[in-house]
Amino acid sequence: MTSSTPSSDKKGAVPHGDPGEQSGQSPSHKLDDAALQQEPVLSVRHMRVEFPTRHGTLVALDDVSFDIAPGEVLGVVGESGAGKSMTGNAVIQLLEPPGRIAEGEVYLSGKRIDDLAEEDFVPLRGRHIGMIFQDPLTSLNPLFSIGDQLIETIRTHLPMNEKQAREEALKLLREVGIPAAEERLNSYPHQFSGGMRQRVVIALALAARPEFIIADEPTTALDVSVQAQILALLKRLCADHGTAVMLVTHDMGVIAETADRVAVMYAGRLIEIGPVEEVIRSPQHPYTKGLMASIPGIEKSLDRLYQIEGSMPRLAAIPPGCAFNPRCPHAQERCRRERPDLMPAGAGQAACWLHDPVDPLPRLDEHDTQEHAHVR
Amino acid sequence: MLAFLIQRVLQAIFVMFVVALISFSLFHYVGDPVLNMLGQEATEADRAELRARLGLDQPVVVQFYRFIVNAAQFEFGISYRSARPVTDLIMERLPATLELAIISAIFAVTMGIVLGIYTALRRRSWLANFIMTASLIGVSLPTFLIGVLLIYLFAVELGWLPAFGRGQTVSIGDWWTTGLLTMSGLRSLILPAITLGLFQLTLIMRLVRAEMLEVLSTDYIKFARARGLSDRVVNLRHALKNTLIPVITIIGLQLGTIIAFAIITETVFQWPGVGALFITAVRFVDVPVMAAYLMMIALVFVVINLVVDLLYYAVDPRLRAQGGGK
Repeated sequence: MTSSTPSSDKKGAVPHGDPGEQSGQSPSHKLDDAALQQEPVLSVRHMRVEFPTRHGTLVALDDVSFDIAPGEVLGVVGESGAGKSMTGNAVIQLLEPPGRIAEGEVYLSGKRIDDLAEEDFVPLRGRHIGMIFQDPLTSLNPLFSIGDQLIETIRTHLPMNEKQAREEALKLLREVGIPAAEERLNSYPHQFSGGMRQRVVIALALAARPEFIIADEPTTALDVSVQAQILALLKRLCADHGTAVMLVTHDMGVIAETADRVAVMYAGRLIEIGPVEEVIRSPQHPYTKGLMASIPGIEKSLDRLYQIEGSMPRLAAIPPGCAFNPRCPHAQERCRRERPDLMPAGAGQAACWLHDPVDPLPRLDEHDTQEHAHVR
Repeated sequence: MLAFLIQRVLQAIFVMFVVALISFSLFHYVGDPVLNMLGQEATEADRAELRARLGLDQPVVVQFYRFIVNAAQFEFGISYRSARPVTDLIMERLPATLELAIISAIFAVTMGIVLGIYTALRRRSWLANFIMTASLIGVSLPTFLIGVLLIYLFAVELGWLPAFGRGQTVSIGDWWTTGLLTMSGLRSLILPAITLGLFQLTLIMRLVRAEMLEVLSTDYIKFARARGLSDRVVNLRHALKNTLIPVITIIGLQLGTIIAFAIITETVFQWPGVGALFITAVRFVDVPVMAAYLMMIALVFVVINLVVDLLYYAVDPRLRAQGGGK
């Protein structure tokens, strides 16, 4: 099974390697340790999410494990349907029914949260785990003024009266860069532009100063010119408050700009995780390699972009062994039989038999380059 | 806002004008009232005199003009049958109909909304499924049959409630009589109110449920949950308010229908209301009463529509902003 973040993480935030799973201890036992400072704010262990349907059980996430250190920004990339958003929804327990976490554990600052009942989970949302959704145009209730929505959120979590909460709301609006905050407090969502609405959404998500927020495609629905501003804002605010971020996106550019580490997902599995520069510069998993090669660059001019043959399998038809094997240029017998777990690769980890520390598969590199040449 | 209001009022006046035209045309196409009133033996002179007294010898346009002017002052002439002013007849019976309609509307709206919310929030529970199935009966059984069944069960078999009439009434002010203040009046009201409201109840419930389910799947509800708001606040504050916008329209229209369709319930329960008056008027070709009834129902619909439009403004800030910009 996988271990947690690599110790080569540039922040050095997770030096204790593994929150107790091999020693059979729950991470909460470590709370009183000197390692308290280094406790990951979020630790996901072997999480499996299932959707029981009439035609059998769909496995939407399979054996996903990762850690996020306090203040860290973890980017999560992958194609549509790879399980990026699902991971965020599972962590904050807002899976669409009948989806459920079937196996694994989720720890928030060392405390297990995946087994909490809904009424015990409600106080965590907004207070300890925030979430920002993709479309700011539909994230705000159209019938309530943004002041109402802010004050209601603040008062849910913090012991403030109406007046104090109003002051706090004003402070938040100024912080996210809403001009004339005083007047805007009584405005309704439809009176704001998309970018301004996403600022309000960020203010709402950060209202109770959570340690950790999930940003699910926070800029996808926005104009390109606004995207950069919102990202910069999100990054600055989270740095100021020491908030850790799980940034879900399909845009590698956003990840490169914003994230400290990046996790790559494919067919409901986490297949590579590592520091952003390393993963971009020298991706270790063949899928990540293909993903990076398919991003247009300024320096190289291509007639056609690189394209990975085939398409991601449907959840109901994930092949045995490595989920990527039918499309992988290196695929061999073992890949079709045995599923690889995350193993050390480069500066991070990759779930690929090429990186098996005991018995690495030989690379079929000639084939690989030939195929590239062919596609180009 | 003001421009919108004026526009709506003008529309309402136009609708009333058209209805007046239709009501007025009744006088010319539903037989000759003079023959009915005086019978076979009357002389030509008698008929001419009555014709003149009723204003029927005037040109059509003049008659219509007078009809409108009178109608605007709630003057609908003399009933052919009882020879009393139509307005008096209606006013006498209006309290019975209004009380029945209001009570059954309150019953339908509150129960409809409560059950709609319940069946949406607990849509997998057996009780919600049972309610949904039972509501199909409410939608598909005709009103008169429900009334007769209720009478059979609660009045004939069980003997708990009276089968017909309005019970004892008490006079309030000059003309209003109410059955709400006496025990027998209240007991008499139960069966007709349920009969009249049941269809609306199921309609409102199914609408609220459908709207609620749709609203619950929106992003802003998910975001409200992600902000840590409790189920109660999310469901009853955020979701319900959005649910009610389309529901208000239907409720408004249904209130009009309740008053209009009180005819059937009033007939089944021999309820001394305007609907029963109308049925009698139809039987005796009492055209002034029919015309007045038509005008009254049209007025009810028009007023309710106007109120619904104004309610939209109160609930939905998006409309307010547009109206303010005009």
